[in-house]
Amino acid sequence: MTGAFVAMRNEQSVSPEAVPVAPFTDWREAIVSACGLHPGERLAVLTGWPVEGRLRLLAVLANDREGQLRLAAAEAPAAYASLTPDCPQAHWFEREIAEQWGLRPEGHPWLKPIRFQPGRGGLGVERQIGRTDFFRVEGEEVHEVAVGPVHAGVIEPGHFRFQCHGERVLHLEISLGYQHRGVERAMNARPGRRAIHYMETLAGDSTIAHASAYCQAVEAAARVMAPPRGLAIRALALELERIANHIGDLGALAGDVGYLPTASFCGRIRGDALNATALVCGNRFGRGLVRPGGVAWDLDAARARELGRRVAAIERDAAGAVGLLWDSPSVMARFEGTGVVSRQTCEEVGLVGVAARACGVGRDARKDHPFGMYRYQHIPACTWASGDVFARAYVRWAEIERSCHFIQQLLDELPGGAVRCEIPPPVPGRLAVGLVEGWRGEVCHVLVTGADGEPAFYKVVDPSFHNWFGLACALKDQQISDFPLCNKSFNLSYCGHDL
Amino acid sequence: MLKTLIERWRQGHRTMRWPDGPPPEMPDRFRGWPILHAARCGPSCEACVAACPHGACAIRKGRIEIDLGRCLFCGACQAACPSGAIEFTSDYRLAVSRRERLMVHGEARHPARALDLASRRLFGRSLRLRQVSAGGCNACEADCNVLGTLAWDLGRFGIQFVASPRHADGLLITGPVPENMRLALEKTWKAVPAPRIVVAVGACAISGGPYVDHPEVHNGAAFGVPVDLFVPGCPPHPLTILDGLLRLLGRIPEQHEGWSLTD
Repeated sequence: MTGAFVAMRNEQSVSPEAVPVAPFTDWREAIVSACGLHPGERLAVLTGWPVEGRLRLLAVLANDREGQLRLAAAEAPAAYASLTPDCPQAHWFEREIAEQWGLRPEGHPWLKPIRFQPGRGGLGVERQIGRTDFFRVEGEEVHEVAVGPVHAGVIEPGHFRFQCHGERVLHLEISLGYQHRGVERAMNARPGRRAIHYMETLAGDSTIAHASAYCQAVEAAARVMAPPRGLAIRALALELERIANHIGDLGALAGDVGYLPTASFCGRIRGDALNATALVCGNRFGRGLVRPGGVAWDLDAARARELGRRVAAIERDAAGAVGLLWDSPSVMARFEGTGVVSRQTCEEVGLVGVAARACGVGRDARKDHPFGMYRYQHIPACTWASGDVFARAYVRWAEIERSCHFIQQLLDELPGGAVRCEIPPPVPGRLAVGLVEGWRGEVCHVLVTGADGEPAFYKVVDPSFHNWFGLACALKDQQISDFPLCNKSFNLSYCGHDL
Repeated sequence: MLKTLIERWRQGHRTMRWPDGPPPEMPDRFRGWPILHAARCGPSCEACVAACPHGACAIRKGRIEIDLGRCLFCGACQAACPSGAIEFTSDYRLAVSRRERLMVHGEARHPARALDLASRRLFGRSLRLRQVSAGGCNACEADCNVLGTLAWDLGRFGIQFVASPRHADGLLITGPVPENMRLALEKTWKAVPAPRIVVAVGACAISGGPYVDHPEVHNGAAFGVPVDLFVPGCPPHPLTILDGLLRLLGRIPEQHEGWSLTD
């Protein structure tokens, strides 16, 4: 089956014509055999791909063991045999393709829009957000709970529909799209100088991750590599982003089980991590730092020393604050055994990032598909096998420690030279993939340049796109009162999903 | 229990003294209030206009103007300016009461004004806000959340985020307001009992930000609800948000040393 694919690596580009275009049935079989019910590979991207007025289906498979990406395309039939029954990883992608391109996957178990994009027609499906049928469990004692789009906290909007028997959740359906701002549409319509700002605000807590994935794709298409010092500062900022968000999440998890000391301490320490990013570039979320060709801000020696001092303080304070969690039986009783996702489910639905590593699946793009600085300096993937809230919390803590060490190492051996290089005019006719392990998981961007070198096609897959269904799986047979805790343990992005 | 107490002692007292003491130090690379030296502008130079991806810079009657409601504070205009006419300072005080006050021409400042006396009597010492993220990217939301942490301790000013609009005195809106959130936002606003205030936080909520004029969004909160406080930034620093809220409640004197107020 190898002839059905073209192989490449992260941060590389190929000619779009090198992607084999197979008849649909052959293409389907090749993907199902690689990513099916006992998957050896992951479906990183499945999307509609317009090529010279004709629509194709494009699949990007990630082979984590080999560090390889394999691409295959097929001519898109208006209706086709859904991959989902044989390859559950495809289920959310097929819903997206149906919504964006009007292709009907026959036999898809739950075909509905995922974003309710205004103005998208076809399929005879209601496109007004909130007007939709939800999966229902019938029974005299079954009741339904609807939550959102506006939630009780300072968080983004989404709708959750629970089917419950008493406290027990029989089924959770997650309906999103409230944050849809047209990012992908704009990226496919010659965004020019606005592109980097779309990337930085695509999911604001993952500014560095998305901006880096974009820059990697642009650099791969232009066949340049950012200078080592620029790559080191990107990696540093990516790890600071991870530390800030993981600490925030651990504090929020503590808050959700009513353990206030850790909740209070972590809220403050998270701010220190954000301020460390602001020390580098002036913005707490890293806006304005990552740019095609490298980074916009350098670290002078005094700033690097100050950053090292701050990261050491963050690590020390976080160790004290988070350590209390593992020592408190009342916390552990709520964390352990709650919201379990099995390793099998994780692999079948294709979870990524912390959610996958907390099921004992050690996938991590920094290790499997090394990019930028991670080619030269390695960071171990942290896993825990229990698949519950505890595992997702503990993996976060382990990653905070690893990231702090990684930053100190980087600061000790910061490469010299420039932080940014000129990007030559884009090379026409290149297909590039940029993978970045953001704090939530794998961020994947696909860029295809047209005959004039301008972007002709752009595709974004946020880790939340893979993982929202994992949250629904985690809630099966749980108490509905544990939903906030489970939700926080995933802490997925609404806007990253809705685009 | 003992461990918890020791850790509490070790973490120390972290609530800032501001506004009674000095404000926390802003990072030296922070981009806040811009000073515009219009006299330095070259004739028919439009480098800043060409550099701004979001149309925040304009040359009007030969003078440079920056719309802080659209500005993402990315600094592209400052980098592009050949004559050093644009200078972003680390001044965090950016919130204003009226949209047009965000049009910056020179050095004149128009900080947010306090609510009228009747409103201040109602809200001055107890303000409950319902936050609505309408297309917000989770950066503005995060920096609103930060205000609740012990370093900022929003509660000491009697300001609190509440879960229900029925318990709220107003809304704090983030995001460019996608069409998919329009109805939810309108319903939430109507559910807040009058009199109510609205605070728009971030470039998206003020103007649409990076998403300005996308057909999927409504260019911010002001499309359908009246806004009492505009807090620019992408996202605004927590200090900028808090400064705006306290000014709105009349808890920071409007006249500050070194400020030149024109009205």
